[in-house]
Amino acid sequence: MSERIKEYRGTYYGRKELEEGLVPAFHDRPYALYAWATGVAMGRFLAELKNGRIIGRRCRRCGRVLVPPRMFCEFCFRPTDEWAYVADTGTVLTYSVSYLGPAAERLKEPVVIAVIQLDGASPGIGILHKLGEVKPEEVHVGMRVKAVWKAPEEREGAITDIAYFRPLKEGERGR
Amino acid sequence: MMDPGRVKRRVAVVGAGMTLFRRRLKETGRELSFYAAKMALEQAGITLRDVDAVVCGSAPDAFDGVHMKGEYLLDGMGGHCRPYMRVFVGGGTGVFTPIAAWWHVASGHFDIVLAIAEEKMSSCHPHPQKAFTTIFDPMLTRPLGANLVWIFALEMMRYMSVHGVKKEQIATIAVKNKRNALDHPCAQLPAKITVQDVLNSEVMVWPVQRLDISPPSDGAAAVVLASEHMAKQLTDDPVWIDGVGWCLDSTYWTNRDLYYPKYVEYAARMAYRMAGIKDPPKEIDVAEPYDPFDYKEAHHAEGLMLARKGEYLKDVKDENDIFAKYGRDGDLPVCPSGGLLGVGNPIAAAGMMKVCEIFWQLRGEAGRRQVKNDPRTGVAQAWGDLMQIGTVIVMRR
Repeated sequence: MSERIKEYRGTYYGRKELEEGLVPAFHDRPYALYAWATGVAMGRFLAELKNGRIIGRRCRRCGRVLVPPRMFCEFCFRPTDEWAYVADTGTVLTYSVSYLGPAAERLKEPVVIAVIQLDGASPGIGILHKLGEVKPEEVHVGMRVKAVWKAPEEREGAITDIAYFRPLKEGERGR
Repeated sequence: MMDPGRVKRRVAVVGAGMTLFRRRLKETGRELSFYAAKMALEQAGITLRDVDAVVCGSAPDAFDGVHMKGEYLLDGMGGHCRPYMRVFVGGGTGVFTPIAAWWHVASGHFDIVLAIAEEKMSSCHPHPQKAFTTIFDPMLTRPLGANLVWIFALEMMRYMSVHGVKKEQIATIAVKNKRNALDHPCAQLPAKITVQDVLNSEVMVWPVQRLDISPPSDGAAAVVLASEHMAKQLTDDPVWIDGVGWCLDSTYWTNRDLYYPKYVEYAARMAYRMAGIKDPPKEIDVAEPYDPFDYKEAHHAEGLMLARKGEYLKDVKDENDIFAKYGRDGDLPVCPSGGLLGVGNPIAAAGMMKVCEIFWQLRGEAGRRQVKNDPRTGVAQAWGDLMQIGTVIVMRR
């Protein structure tokens, strides 16, 4: 605010005033439902998740293996060339411990989330997922992890077909 | 890259205005826009009749629940029966709005353009976070139960982990900005807090705690832009927009390294090149990088090349250090307004508030917030979408 300006507008009210009806408000909610076409690349990715496998796309020009897959390479701006399975093991690039749910509601048990670079994907190419079977304070950048899949009959072709990633056990090999 | 010699006309800011920033305001978005716009016009000494075109900036439609937000706000923004457009690049909108207004004037099409940014997040009740979740990919991200703070927490952790920056150092930014906001008459969350208060505050999404984060807000802010010949008629103290830049990285945000916002650097390089700035830390006197979270000030100051990667907080161990380096009488004043952390974060209006602040700082009108180094050159920056856009304005008097 400039010191030349003496009055600034706006009238504050609290949540309580709103909920007690002391501030006139008009209530409504949108009713909008969606059926998103999964598309060519994501459709295959989700179908493969149902099979218990993770698939990406390779661009032969820049050599990258892209996960999630896309039918085009955004660097080279040309069609990607082939499907490429990647491992369900990987490395934590970054992580966080969420005490908030989607609507900013407080969670009783925190959710550990991470960006995971899967073995076989190009450096820096990560996916977002949850971590499990680990205490929040034990997670670290660089930690090796492996997918824990839902039982085949429970899978529905969704990112949640992987229940979470767990730490790779000692002696257990990633691909 | 742009050739500055090809920019047709020089453009000045000749007036600025804003409303209070608060968690909830009784006024509608249109009313808030009207108040901010009217104030900017009055400060410029003109009326709407003098305005050739209007640019609106407002972030996700979901906050208002009206999916035609530009038109919804039009009348309050002075857009009636004149060229009018809305721009929207998420959190980057507040600085992108005056950039769009700049090209309206620089192109030679218009002499005077009003740029207004508005956000009314309180309409989405009880909390706008649920609306925020609709920015995420419906197949990849939303099924995991994502909320907006996740992406910040992941980025903050990556930044801390790559550079070895500590939470104690980052918390000093929240201390500085909330204290700076004590001098801002529109501020929503001004406070005198300590690093310990930040570290003791409620954990939201680790490493983000409550005092690391800016609040949801209602508010509006506006500037009036004029061509060189009009600006010289209107005022003895025009503030020139000498550089603009913007850049977007890939929307596949898990496919890039979050430790550094290279798209902010590209945007800054574009703006600096246009303004003829070769050594940003030496040539910039006051900066308003986007600070929706405390670590973002460091992240963005590095993207703006005001510090080397990972070194913005290198010599900052406590509160005294941050004020010595980045306080109003420090080496480089950063967020003298109080930033989003202190003044509030009505998304688009928050970025515009930063442009207003640089305008007032360069005019020497910032009163108790005035920086002490007699600034001639300032930079304002905003950031947003899925951690992928940088918008930068360089201003000079």
